[in-house]
Amino acid sequence: MADGTPTNFSSEVVGKTLTKADFVESVYSKIGGLSRRDSAEIVDLLFEAVKETLSRGEPVKISGFGNFVVREKKARVGRNPQTGRDIEISARRVLTFKPSQVLKDQLNT
Amino acid sequence: MNKSELVEKLAERAKITKKRAEQVVNLVFDQMTEALKRGERIEIRGFGSFTSKAYDAYTGRNPRTGETIHVPAKRLPFFKVGKELKERVDYPPGAAPRLDHSLELSSSHDSDDDDDDDSDD
Repeated sequence: MADGTPTNFSSEVVGKTLTKADFVESVYSKIGGLSRRDSAEIVDLLFEAVKETLSRGEPVKISGFGNFVVREKKARVGRNPQTGRDIEISARRVLTFKPSQVLKDQLNT
Repeated sequence: MNKSELVEKLAERAKITKKRAEQVVNLVFDQMTEALKRGERIEIRGFGSFTSKAYDAYTGRNPRTGETIHVPAKRLPFFKVGKELKERVDYPPGAAPRLDHSLELSSSHDSDDDDDDDSDD
């Protein structure tokens, strides 16, 4: 019975890159009752929900993984390294990720 | 937003049960953790990428006590925000607050092409 279960996400090859397709495959194969198309839509909705929240400037905290936090950076004076002239670096909002201690411990066991 | 709020939002939008949404959220973040543990990269289009970097052991010093401490080799995860999310998080073009007046531009530089002085009347 060909169930189309992929095996690619069990490989241990260093240098491999995990992508959304891998999430879709594991949602599809490990959670019953969803088509591949449903699985893809759900994975997209998951990341879209996270992005939307961050776009509003709100943090997203995933316990056991880490916190995504939007930080406000004030405008400051920088220098163009090519001309040596001072330039204004505009105020900006940037996204930072702080890994949880759990994740850091996981990487070192 | 924390994980349970994310679960609720996902359940609502995907029209699936909370239980199922929770399984999805756990599955995805567990899979990311496992990939990072194996030293793999994660690349999520429109969101960003995760990598882990290995650091060698070194002998450090506790700055407060001066005591020598051994810092073991370790691996740390890093996130780089993707272009789309970076732009969505930042101010819209032209909407960023301007530089504080107390900071002045190019006063310490002897550039002779300072051509922005207003010509009076």
